[in-house]
Amino acid sequence: MKIENIGDLKALKEKHYPLIKQRLGHRNGLGLTQIMVCSGSSCVSTESQAILRELERELDEHGLNENVRVMKTGCLGFCQHGPVVMVHPGEIFYCRVKPEDVKELVQTHLLEGRLVERMLYQEDLTGKRIPSINDIHFFKAQERIVLQNCGVINPEDIEEYIARDGYHTLADAILNKRPGEIIDTISKSGLRGRGGAGFPTGKKWEMTAAQDVTPKYVVCNADEGDPGAFMDRSILEGDPHSVLEAMAIAAYCIGANQGYIYVRAEYPVAVERLEIAIGQARETGLLGKGLLGTLFNFDIELRLGAGAFVCGEETALLHSIMGARGEPRPRPPYPAQEGVWGKPTLINNVETYANIPIILRRGWEWYQGYGTATTKGTKVFSLAGKIKNTGLIEVPMGTSLRTIVFDIGGGIPGGKKFKAIQTGGPSGGCIPEKFLDRPIDYESLKEIGSIMGSGGMIVMSEDNCMVDLARFYLEFTQDESCGRCTPCRVGTKRLLEILKRITEGHGEMEDLDILERLSLDIRDASLCGLGQTAPNPVLSTLSYFRDEYIAHVRNKTCPAGVCKGLFSYRVDEEKCIACGLCAKACAAGAISGAPKQPYRIDPAKCVKCAACVAKCPKEAIVKGSDKEAKINENAGIFSGTGSQESRAAL
Amino acid sequence: MSDFINEEHENITGIEKQAPDRITDKERNRYRDLDNVIKEYIKKPGHLIGILHKAQEIFGYLPEEVQTYIASKTGIPVSEVNGVVTFYSLFSTEPKGKYEIKVCLGTACYVKGAQEIMDTLKENLKIDEEETTQDKLFTLKSTRCIGSCGLAPVLLANEDVYGEIAAKDVMKIVREYQKGEKIEN
Repeated sequence: MKIENIGDLKALKEKHYPLIKQRLGHRNGLGLTQIMVCSGSSCVSTESQAILRELERELDEHGLNENVRVMKTGCLGFCQHGPVVMVHPGEIFYCRVKPEDVKELVQTHLLEGRLVERMLYQEDLTGKRIPSINDIHFFKAQERIVLQNCGVINPEDIEEYIARDGYHTLADAILNKRPGEIIDTISKSGLRGRGGAGFPTGKKWEMTAAQDVTPKYVVCNADEGDPGAFMDRSILEGDPHSVLEAMAIAAYCIGANQGYIYVRAEYPVAVERLEIAIGQARETGLLGKGLLGTLFNFDIELRLGAGAFVCGEETALLHSIMGARGEPRPRPPYPAQEGVWGKPTLINNVETYANIPIILRRGWEWYQGYGTATTKGTKVFSLAGKIKNTGLIEVPMGTSLRTIVFDIGGGIPGGKKFKAIQTGGPSGGCIPEKFLDRPIDYESLKEIGSIMGSGGMIVMSEDNCMVDLARFYLEFTQDESCGRCTPCRVGTKRLLEILKRITEGHGEMEDLDILERLSLDIRDASLCGLGQTAPNPVLSTLSYFRDEYIAHVRNKTCPAGVCKGLFSYRVDEEKCIACGLCAKACAAGAISGAPKQPYRIDPAKCVKCAACVAKCPKEAIVKGSDKEAKINENAGIFSGTGSQESRAAL
Repeated sequence: MSDFINEEHENITGIEKQAPDRITDKERNRYRDLDNVIKEYIKKPGHLIGILHKAQEIFGYLPEEVQTYIASKTGIPVSEVNGVVTFYSLFSTEPKGKYEIKVCLGTACYVKGAQEIMDTLKENLKIDEEETTQDKLFTLKSTRCIGSCGLAPVLLANEDVYGEIAAKDVMKIVREYQKGEKIEN
């Protein structure tokens, strides 16, 4: 069916709205049960699709097809507890469901009308089982605006998106509004680019609209390359039409007829959902020729990346869209002036686009109500690393990192101490505990040496070595450096060499100064964002965790026990029960001992494979820095390889 | 360019001339599939990366012959084709093992011990990253973040995802594949 006016959209909405309403918590007496199975990548990889098939089979067997519907839905963000299955009415939230649990779910919940206690979410502090999603703190503490459809609608059904007012804004824009009016609303809302740099979105649209060269292009940057970031992927998987709608609105505003979505090939589920969404939009006449019966044409094509981090940079991305090596080029000319095929091009990030329909629908005044003085709206963050509730969250700009990590994220597992949080991926910095209470926005993060970036957050505990982490990031950026400009190509290589040296215990104090100077040079002289921000992890760890660097250089120890050259394993003699399992497990023959005597590890033979640690039933084998081990051996007389000063200090 | 589908496959005949027994029916079909891909993609500009993705699906990797073939069929200089192939990490110019074991070394997995998993695999399979075992069963690779950070550390064996694995359990997974292989044989 072709949709030609707002009336058609409204009719479709009417048809599907009862189902959606029930999922939003209304008891509207439908006499229907809906089971929503999370089909985001994370849950798919833990067999949520097998659960889906199993559910369908079971329902068939019990003849429940009439009254129960099973549906795919997008990511709810509670990935740590996946695969997630929700049952409506009641918003019952089942987590860690396995395909073999389906029988019980159908029998107990659907046939007997009782909750399956053991699969409900268990609150950490109280140990209480919580049936409804509305009572789970992780969700209560969030403000889901961009993610409002994720987990509510079936992303593979355009009609469900329409039932959530989808495409209404597009129709209203094309039929009733002038481009200038729309751009004005976007500008007034204060929306800034969610890809990282925070450029005012309205201004970007204005600049591209002002060019009088045709044709023009609209591009969506879905090359989400930051490790530990999966905001864009979840939006594309859970609500792909919101991005398509926004791109069509953008095209109408700037005068483009062709759009491209550049998406990572590493995201097969997102690619599939986009393909389905584009197909359905074409069928209903919301993409293609003559949108909504007007003369406005707009179509979208998918372009797949091929594994190059630098392609997230807009000029590199343009090259890659044109099928070439994804190397960046100097700006200006900006893509707004010369982009795809040398024509004016508007590039926005996935999350930026996902904000557009809702801003236009609810007005810029409403949107301004969220956020800080300089940064409006909400931000989606992905939480990963040493945190209890790994997953996806959305909070208003200006929320503190402490709220995100300890309140929503649930803190650090295993009673470990918080050490740092890394924001902005390889281009960001590590933020220590003293800044946790800062309200976050683009500016506040920049002040403390990090960046907002696309929204990936990695939490580090006391078990992580910050020098090793800086080395890890440099290894990444060095590997991903495209080689086009010297400061980045050679500079990151040198940085990496120095960091490697330090983590191996061959660093000199002088190295710290070289690291700093070289970092500043790379930052100032590199061609694109990748090089300019690559030293951030080094600079931020150098300034906030300098003592760890000094411990590696002067004392030749790794306080966190990560750097292999700088610690040794030893047996905690009080815990050792002399079972001998460790000695059997040791391939290097480094462990010796006799019955009833604590075992000992010979540091000279030990290759630090940790095989013994895995075998020990009493957790008696512990990591210690070399220095500590030697202090123990010699009853307090330090004989480490440290420098003169540390010897004097002892 | 439009009628290339009807032409004799120049490159295949080229290969046949040099080593007539080397070209198999299987290979011929693969080139035929590639022809269809190119025919479809060439309608729109800038589709080299798309063609290479499909070609890699068909051949498993992108050897020199395939790159040359694509160059001659699309009119793109072979230097440019090779430039693109070598720029992107998803394209491989070496044949891969039957199972590609990919260890995610994204940050979330790294801080949860992915490096130990990688080291264990290297030690036990006796190969380095990007290498293939002698029996052509396993290729070991590290991969960039696949976005399943909730399951970190994560390992992929072809398309199968294994989450929350410990270094000591990783060889169990590998052995399952080895066993499966024996049964198949």
